[in-house]
Amino acid sequence: MNSSGLSLLSAHLPVAAAADGLLERLPLTLRDTFVQWFPAPTQWLLHHLISIVGILAIFGLFFAFTTVAERKLLGRLQNRLGPNRAGVPKFSFLPFHLKHKLFGLTQPFADAVKALTKEDIVPAAADKLLHFLAPVLVVAFSLLTFAVLPFGRNLIPVELDAALLYFFAAGSATELTIFMAGWASRNKYSLLSAMRALAQVISYELPLLLSVIPVVLVAGTLSTQEIVVAQGFWTFGLLPHWFIFTPWGAAGFLLFLVAALAESNRSPFDLPEAESELIAGHLTEYSGFKYALFFMAEYFGLTALSGLGVTLFLGGWQAPCAFLQFIPSYLWFMGKLVGMIVFFIWVRGTLLRLRIDQLTRLSWQFLVPLALINLGNAAFWALTGAWSGPLQIVRWAVSAALIVVPFVLMGRSLTRGQAPRTYRYAT
Amino acid sequence: MLGSGIIKGLAVTAKNFVGSYHDPARMVTEQYPEERPKLPEAYRNFPFLVTENATDPMGTLRCVACQICEKECPPQCIYIEKSKDKKPDATGKPQLYPAVFAIDTSVCMSCQICVEVCPFDAIKMDQVFEVAATNRFTGLLLNREQLAKPNSYFHQIHPTDAHEVDTRLAAERKAAEEKAKAAAAAKAAAAAAKPATPAPATATPAAPKPAAQPPTPPTA
Repeated sequence: MNSSGLSLLSAHLPVAAAADGLLERLPLTLRDTFVQWFPAPTQWLLHHLISIVGILAIFGLFFAFTTVAERKLLGRLQNRLGPNRAGVPKFSFLPFHLKHKLFGLTQPFADAVKALTKEDIVPAAADKLLHFLAPVLVVAFSLLTFAVLPFGRNLIPVELDAALLYFFAAGSATELTIFMAGWASRNKYSLLSAMRALAQVISYELPLLLSVIPVVLVAGTLSTQEIVVAQGFWTFGLLPHWFIFTPWGAAGFLLFLVAALAESNRSPFDLPEAESELIAGHLTEYSGFKYALFFMAEYFGLTALSGLGVTLFLGGWQAPCAFLQFIPSYLWFMGKLVGMIVFFIWVRGTLLRLRIDQLTRLSWQFLVPLALINLGNAAFWALTGAWSGPLQIVRWAVSAALIVVPFVLMGRSLTRGQAPRTYRYAT
Repeated sequence: MLGSGIIKGLAVTAKNFVGSYHDPARMVTEQYPEERPKLPEAYRNFPFLVTENATDPMGTLRCVACQICEKECPPQCIYIEKSKDKKPDATGKPQLYPAVFAIDTSVCMSCQICVEVCPFDAIKMDQVFEVAATNRFTGLLLNREQLAKPNSYFHQIHPTDAHEVDTRLAAERKAAEEKAKAAAAAKAAAAAAKPATPAPATATPAAPKPAAQPPTPPTA
C-alpha cells in the first residue's frame, strides 16, 4: 500500500486517532524496520514479499487449525469428542517426554506428515502435466483472492480500485482447475464429476455476484477498503452502520452466505465430492499431497469468501462499538472471520446434502430472482438516503417489505407440494 | 415459512454443542485406555477356573478333572489331563485334580456350555477382553496357571452369580457335613447297638466270640 493512499484514507476516517495506535501500526512497523536493512532498490520487492509470506504463514496456519476446529466442532455438534489424541511426539534428544495431549491441537501437523508421506499415484493414461498443474493452480488462484482483502485499517496487501472485480476474477479461475483435474485424470467418473462441479459453481456464481452488487451500489465503490470505511459510523457510538443492519444488507448477507457455501463446495452443497455417495468426484484420481492441496484450496476459498462477507456486510475491520476501537482492527477482522467459519461449520453439522436438481432449482428459481429484487431494494435505499425524520421509518419499512414479501411468496411457491413431508415408511 | 426448518435444525445442533460440555447423558464416549469401560454383569468372553484360595491357587482348584466340560465343548477348545494322585479339596475330601487344563482362546466361542455343565462350579466365564497376544499358538493357549483365578475375583465380576454359587455350595457342604455327622452317628449307634442286636438275632449258643469283644467308641 502506498503512503499517499493511506493518508487519503485516514482523512475521512471517523476516529483518526485510532489509526495511529501502537498496536494498530505494529505489523507495518515490523515490516518497515525489516525492509530498511536492505538496499533501497530491493525494498519494494521485499515489501510485497513480506505481505505474501505473511498471508501464506497466517492463512496456512489458519487453514491447519480450521481443519482441527471443524472436526472438533462437528464432533461436539453430534455429541462426540472429536480428535483429542495428537499431542507432542517423543523427541529422543530431549531428556523428558511432554505427555500432554494438547487437546489434539497438533492433529493438523500429523495430518500434513501423513499426506506428505503417502504415495502419489498418477494414472498411466493421465495427462501428466495437467494432472500436476491442477492442484498447484487451484491453491495459487485461491490464494490470489487474499490480495485485496483489507485485514486491518492499514493492512491490505494490494489496494486496487476494482478490488471486488479482481476478487471474483481470481476466485472464478479455480473453476478452471476443477475441470483441469477432471479432464487430466482420464477417468470418465472424474470427468463427469468435474462437469457436475462446474455446473454447480457456475450456477452459484450468479447469485453470489448479484448479492454483492447492492453493496457496490450503496457504497459507490469497488474498492474493498473504501467499502469498509463506508461502514465505519456508529449511532450513539453503539450501533454500528454495518450493511448487515439494513434490510437490503441482511438479505444480501443471507444470499451471500448460501451462495458462498455452494461456491466453496461446502455442505449442504458438497455434491461435487459427496463423501458418502461418490468416491471423491473430480478428485478420484488424486492421492497424497495433491489431494491435500485441493483440500487446502477449498479451505482457502472458504476463508477468502468469509473474509469478503466480513468486508462487505459485517463492517470489515471496524469495531462494533466506538469505544472498542482500542482493540487493533486486524483482531476485529480475524474475530469476525472466525465467527463466519464457525457458522459455516455449524451449518455443515446441521444440514443435509441437497440433490443436484434441488441445488439448481434453489439457485435459479429462488436465489437469483431474490438477489435481483434485492438489487432494486438497494437502489431504493440509495435513492432515499436524504430522507430523515419520520420518512426514515417509511424508508426502513418499505425496504424491509421489499425483501420480506418476495421471500415469503417465493418461498411458498418453491415449497408448494413439498412440505410438510409425509413419510410412508418411517414414523 | 421457508427456512424455518433450517433454524430449527441449527437450534438442535446448538443444543448438542452446549450439552456436550455439561450433560454426561449426551456425551456417551468412553475414552478407552484411560477410562475403563463399565461392563454389564452378564458380559462374558472366555472361561476361567475358580480357586478357593488366592494364595494357593493350584492347591485349591475346584476342578476335579471330571472332563465333562472337555466333552461338551462344541469347538473342543478344552484339554484336560487327570492327575494320577488325589489331593484333598476344600472340604478335605480327597479328589482328582487336573494335571493339565488348557483352553485355546483362539478357538473358544464363548458359548458358556462348559459353565453350564460343570457340576462343581469350577469353571466360570471371565470378563477380560484385552486378550491380544503376539503369538497365536502360545499366546492364546492358556494353561491352568493362567486360567486359575480366586473366588473373590468371581465375586467381583459376577456378584449375583457368585453369591448364588457360594450359598448353594455352603448349603451343600452343610448338608454333606450333616449327612456325614448323621452317618457317623448312625454308624456309632449301629456300632453301639451291634453287641446287643446280634445276640437276639442270631440267638445261637455257639456265639461267644463277638460278645467277648468289648464295644469300641466311635472314633469319627
